[in-house]
Amino acid sequence: MNLLTVIVLGALLLCAVATSIAKDLLVSVVIFMAYSLLMSILWILLQSPDLAITEAAVGAGVTGILFFITLKKLHAIKVRNNEEKDR
Amino acid sequence: MKKKIADSLRKRFYWELSPLDEDMIASLSEKPHELTRSSNEALEVLEDVREVRVQRAQEQEQEMYRQIHRWSHASGVKIIRSMYRVLAAVTCLGIVFFLLWTVNTLPPFGEPENPYNNEVFARYVEWGPDETGAVNMVTGMILDYRAFDTFGEASVLFVAACSVLFLLKLHDHKDGKPTKTWLEAEYDDRFHEPKNDQILQFAAKLMVPVVLLFGFYVILNGHITPGGGFSGGAIMGAGLILYLNAYGFKKTERFFTYRTFQWITFGSLLTYAGLKSYSFYTGANHLESFVSPGTPGNILSAGFILPLNLCVGLVVMCTMYVFYTLIRKGGV
Repeated sequence: MNLLTVIVLGALLLCAVATSIAKDLLVSVVIFMAYSLLMSILWILLQSPDLAITEAAVGAGVTGILFFITLKKLHAIKVRNNEEKDR
Repeated sequence: MKKKIADSLRKRFYWELSPLDEDMIASLSEKPHELTRSSNEALEVLEDVREVRVQRAQEQEQEMYRQIHRWSHASGVKIIRSMYRVLAAVTCLGIVFFLLWTVNTLPPFGEPENPYNNEVFARYVEWGPDETGAVNMVTGMILDYRAFDTFGEASVLFVAACSVLFLLKLHDHKDGKPTKTWLEAEYDDRFHEPKNDQILQFAAKLMVPVVLLFGFYVILNGHITPGGGFSGGAIMGAGLILYLNAYGFKKTERFFTYRTFQWITFGSLLTYAGLKSYSFYTGANHLESFVSPGTPGNILSAGFILPLNLCVGLVVMCTMYVFYTLIRKGGV
């Protein structure tokens, strides 16, 4: 186990805890996407590049976007209108 | 007498006697001395005594309920909350301990004596490239040795897309007119959509062709380099979603409508099933196909793996894109 693996594993743990602790759902989703990216690096270190590509595309890309659009539908993200900008 | 009635009542209700019950039992088992005189006055006195007793018992009960209420609102909530936290921490730590303990008993990573280094693995490594023609062993396995399983996975994606369609799709037309819910959803989406965002549009103009090309490259080279239908399809779907976010539905509807989704998914699954159905007629012995594996390493090699990869990639791309549009607007 080299130094990079230890660093990635530590950051993975940090991200996993921060995802559940974060108060804002938007922040939580962003941290979750960072977790997926770290996980894909870990897959490469474990010598499975197929899984790494899939994890990066699905975990960090599409899942995050679907979470964002769901939060927007639930009005969990504040949409700033033009009226608010003028004030 | 009193004991008998109490026993019968207990048998009936199975719970502790409340003060009201006890009072009732007491009054029932009492010998009515005054009744022997059979005067109205005595009866009235008896009634008064009973009323007073019932009232006192009711007050006692209410006081009991009030105490329970007070307890549950003051210290009960605190106790339950602290219990909840303690139980949550204990459960979490227990699961963490159990998982770590299990991982500790696993064989170390990459050792030659590991149990998965058996004859199946050896045969795949030794004969895989010759039999399937795929240099990338993972693709050779999932699209040739176990192509039927992958067909099931593609069908799972299709079924998932169908259920999301059932749940989220709004009827856009009824009797030739657009429905009210559809118009409202469209208006809501147009209102919230960032219109003509210069930064996003410029970034999309640069990125989308590269992303789509890279996804297509990953699909096409699935049997040579790491990747394949699923990851390439997900990349292409992400590219389409980026394009839609930057330029809106009007631009994407020129080339991707609900009908396109239907035909691409249907055609891909049908092609997959057709290409792999010969394994049914050969008794699941689909290794000896009439298409030669070709030279391993060439783009046009590995028999049916390239078209199968394309089918899976198209299904995944359409599913990802349609999930996004359905959640956003309720239509494609």
